[in-house]
Amino acid sequence: MDWINAIIQGILLGGLYALFAAGLSLIFGVMRLVNIAHGDFIVLAAFLGLSVTSVLGISPLLALFLVVPAMAGLGYVLQRGVLNQTLGDDILPPLLVTFGLSVIIQNGLLEIYSADPQKMSAGPIETASIALPGDLNIGVLPLVMFLVAVAVIAGLQWVFYRSALGRAFRAVSDKQDIAELMGLNKAHVFGLAMALSLAVVAIAGVFLGIRTSFDPSIGPGRLIFGFEAVIIGGLGNLWGTLIGGIILGVSQNIGAQINPGWQLLAGHIAFLFVLAVRPRGLFPRID
Amino acid sequence: MADALLSTQALEAYYGDFQALFGISIDVFPGEVIAIIGANGAGKTTLMRSITGLIKNKPDMVFWNGAAIGARRADQVAAAGIAMVPEGRQLFQSLSVEENLIIGGQLGRKGPWSLEKVFELFPILKERRNVPSTALSGGQQQMVAIGRALMSNPQILLFDEISLGLAPIIIKSIYQALPDIIGEGMSAIIVEQDVAKALSVSSRVYCLQEGRISLEGRPETLNRDDISAAYFGV
Repeated sequence: MDWINAIIQGILLGGLYALFAAGLSLIFGVMRLVNIAHGDFIVLAAFLGLSVTSVLGISPLLALFLVVPAMAGLGYVLQRGVLNQTLGDDILPPLLVTFGLSVIIQNGLLEIYSADPQKMSAGPIETASIALPGDLNIGVLPLVMFLVAVAVIAGLQWVFYRSALGRAFRAVSDKQDIAELMGLNKAHVFGLAMALSLAVVAIAGVFLGIRTSFDPSIGPGRLIFGFEAVIIGGLGNLWGTLIGGIILGVSQNIGAQINPGWQLLAGHIAFLFVLAVRPRGLFPRID
Repeated sequence: MADALLSTQALEAYYGDFQALFGISIDVFPGEVIAIIGANGAGKTTLMRSITGLIKNKPDMVFWNGAAIGARRADQVAAAGIAMVPEGRQLFQSLSVEENLIIGGQLGRKGPWSLEKVFELFPILKERRNVPSTALSGGQQQMVAIGRALMSNPQILLFDEISLGLAPIIIKSIYQALPDIIGEGMSAIIVEQDVAKALSVSSRVYCLQEGRISLEGRPETLNRDDISAAYFGV
């Protein structure tokens, strides 16, 4: 039963990892930008959630209604103001600039919030659980988070393949200059893509902050989980990213079940295994 | 110049340090179809990229309806009513045939062209509307590229090497469809390496050679020797 429990908890955790990964995957797909600061934006969103909950005295889940638009706005401004200037034939400038952003965000958070671990409390929902036959219990909160993650992935999938915005994303991703000939303002489309990415990051960050304690230094670790979920699932495939997150979460929990010290190691080993067997991920879409 | 729809004035264009165009001045009047001919590397595509804003120039090097647009971004130029069928078709490979057409019309400019009208012009595209654009034959892809440009209801349509890489029979049918495409008071610039084709559909011709205009005039006033001298520089 412990093993089944570990797998179920791993699946639920995988939803969170898929949220870490979805925004990363989105902007890489649209503008071939690898956002090294992605994990730090997740932590920034968690701290924003913390500030909102403590100042307004509301549940972190309600705080999402403020944190998501704030992060989306930040994403748009950041893209138009900074990141668009780094994009071009050379992939190095955006890497360097987002690396710099990572350093700035970490130290800014350290300055404001100190290095103390923080945690947000979502109230009684945190301890509520659903009893399953066979002595299994599923936490209501992890389940809600997982369902939100699935809904976010489904929503992104819809935006990408069914909406005018998604058409613009794909057109710009295919051929930037021809997309401009169609009247698409590349800078604006990229801004919207980053806004959407950071909106997802906002949800991921607040969920992270409810689920575990966090401090300004944990961003890069979340970035790695995001990368691994994207690569396992296959570049450019959002449902694949969800599967990738789940594989990562399950591997970590199985590792922890064997030996608590093996949790992270097991996740990395699963990632390396997939990379060795299927270098392009399980369900690749982008070449 | 006052009555030209589109004109370039002493247009110079560079790729880095390399100068591709040297003082190009052309005019297109409302409803007129002009041809631009020239060998590979003469600067034809560079001229098209300059007009459409993909290469930025000084503002007063390109005029559109009297406004200096040389420094505008490509999306602003498109919104002003200039559309291009680019060399090599350049369809969006992640988009279906229908999506390629819709994105061409996403500026929402009013005019005679709509998805239905494009499907009327090229019925095969209606049949294949939901397939990826990469699944089409070269000729069908060219139809999508033309339809996509028409969807923005442009005042002027730039055709960059539309016969390149297509079978002669396809080229023939596309040129047969041109009057229907360009009708309705639209102007056009036809860029071609095939001189005979270009002369047959245009009322005036400019010949480019190494970034300069080497010849211009009406097709009926130009003789073969002048054209080949202007074309090859011999």
